[in-house]
Amino acid sequence: MADPMRIRAQAAGDKATVRVLMSHEMESGQRKDAAGKTVPAWFIQEVTATLNGKPVLSAEWGPGVSKNPFLQFVVKGAKAGDKVAVTWKDNKGDTRTDEATVS
Amino acid sequence: MQTRRETLKQSAVVAGLLASAGFPQFAQAAFNKTGFDAKSVQDAVKAYGGGALAESKDVVITAPDIAENGAVVPLGASTTLPGVKQMLILVEKNPSALVAMFYVSDAVESNFLTRAKMGQSSDVYAVAIMADGKALFAKKEVKVTLGGCGG
Amino acid sequence: MKRTLTTVLAALSLACSWPSLAQKTASQGIDEYRAMLQDGNPADLFEAKGEGLWTQKRGPKNASLEKCDLGKGPGVYKGAFVELPKYFADTGKVQDLESRLLTCMDTLQGLNVTEIAKTGFGKGEQINMTALATFIAAESKGMKFNLSQAHPSEKTFYEVGKRLFFQRGGPHDFACASCHAEDGKRIRLQDLPNLTKNPGDGVGFAAWPAYRVSNGQMWGMQQRLNDCYRQQRFPYPGFASDATIALGVYLGVNSQGSASIAPAIKR
Repeated sequence: MADPMRIRAQAAGDKATVRVLMSHEMESGQRKDAAGKTVPAWFIQEVTATLNGKPVLSAEWGPGVSKNPFLQFVVKGAKAGDKVAVTWKDNKGDTRTDEATVS
Repeated sequence: MQTRRETLKQSAVVAGLLASAGFPQFAQAAFNKTGFDAKSVQDAVKAYGGGALAESKDVVITAPDIAENGAVVPLGASTTLPGVKQMLILVEKNPSALVAMFYVSDAVESNFLTRAKMGQSSDVYAVAIMADGKALFAKKEVKVTLGGCGG
Repeated sequence: MKRTLTTVLAALSLACSWPSLAQKTASQGIDEYRAMLQDGNPADLFEAKGEGLWTQKRGPKNASLEKCDLGKGPGVYKGAFVELPKYFADTGKVQDLESRLLTCMDTLQGLNVTEIAKTGFGKGEQINMTALATFIAAESKGMKFNLSQAHPSEKTFYEVGKRLFFQRGGPHDFACASCHAEDGKRIRLQDLPNLTKNPGDGVGFAAWPAYRVSNGQMWGMQQRLNDCYRQQRFPYPGFASDATIALGVYLGVNSQGSASIAPAIKR
């Protein structure tokens, strides 16, 4: 199972800035290994997030996103104590969900 | 004291909620392959229903002038305009120009930041696709250079 | 009349200097790029992993590392990183962080440390070792280096490290000093800090462990030294060997008083 994400959510006024670090190879499928064989594409395709269980973010990613991706977005109507959950799904069907509390 | 591990722990309950909850306001849940197969910025935008690209001072692309290493280039797309459906981040000279596409709901600001791989120096684009299909963009040139041997 | 002339002249001189003001140097551009990466360092992922490993019961002895003495007493990790390498009475040796982690993995957990020392970086238990080193370093982030030179062995290791630093060899006749013994040197866009003296906060010794964006890898000091030897076309002295620890003492004592930024993010 993939390593956990690191999620920080900071409230300011009625918004919260959410910063996420995900542990993922994000292999583009363009690289060749030492033997000359193309390393197969392996990357996060979908990212979603919820605030207290309600969907707030939906995104599609391609192999152009960097390894161990960083994502920052701003959720409206969030306050300290709220729960932010982020989920990613990759092209192999692997998925990971992690949660953080808005501070 | 709560450890970082506890804060990061996977929540099975939340995962279940996500699985059952749909995204009623967003039509697509499936990965849009066409967008990421597109070779040009305009084609990628068309794949999401965007029209002809029009430069706009109301769209902001956040990017460094020079990237020390093309593997990790911070890129941000934002706008304060209302009525945005999607925000796209693109690197013109990449094999697949589209890096990421964010749906803009009522619950999030049109303000996203991530990091992209850049194969070479290139223009990078922030595109806002509006509810009426207009595609407004801002672009900036990012020079990519390989650093030295250490550090 | 005079005032108008002065105003015109002032405006002209301002206009002439504008082009140079507007131009950003490559160095400034790189500094901005690096600043943009500070928030959201993937090293955090390794730090979190290391924190979990510290409390996890592992090995034949099914024990955690929570009683590991990194120089400030069993289990104390806050501030330990900036005092390493140092002399340890229980092993009778001067040890750096990764060497000390090996000692604890051996004595507390019963893990096969000979095997771990032979394992390549980024493989098997070395992945855990790097994560642990990242966690321990993070617990001293911002603190100033303060290595002891009180024990005779610590003094000896400083002198040995200094000699190793200046020793030339290999097919290119390189020494560490070839790149790191003068001010103002660089390779392409990488500044080469002068490590014969204190290079300042967060530079050189004070910047490792670090996450390297170019290959997406987390590197501890042992891997950093390993790669320097590779670049000099020298054989690698060995994981946690006396030679690498002696170099650490030399670099660390020279950095006395500078602040650690580990875990850092680097090209």
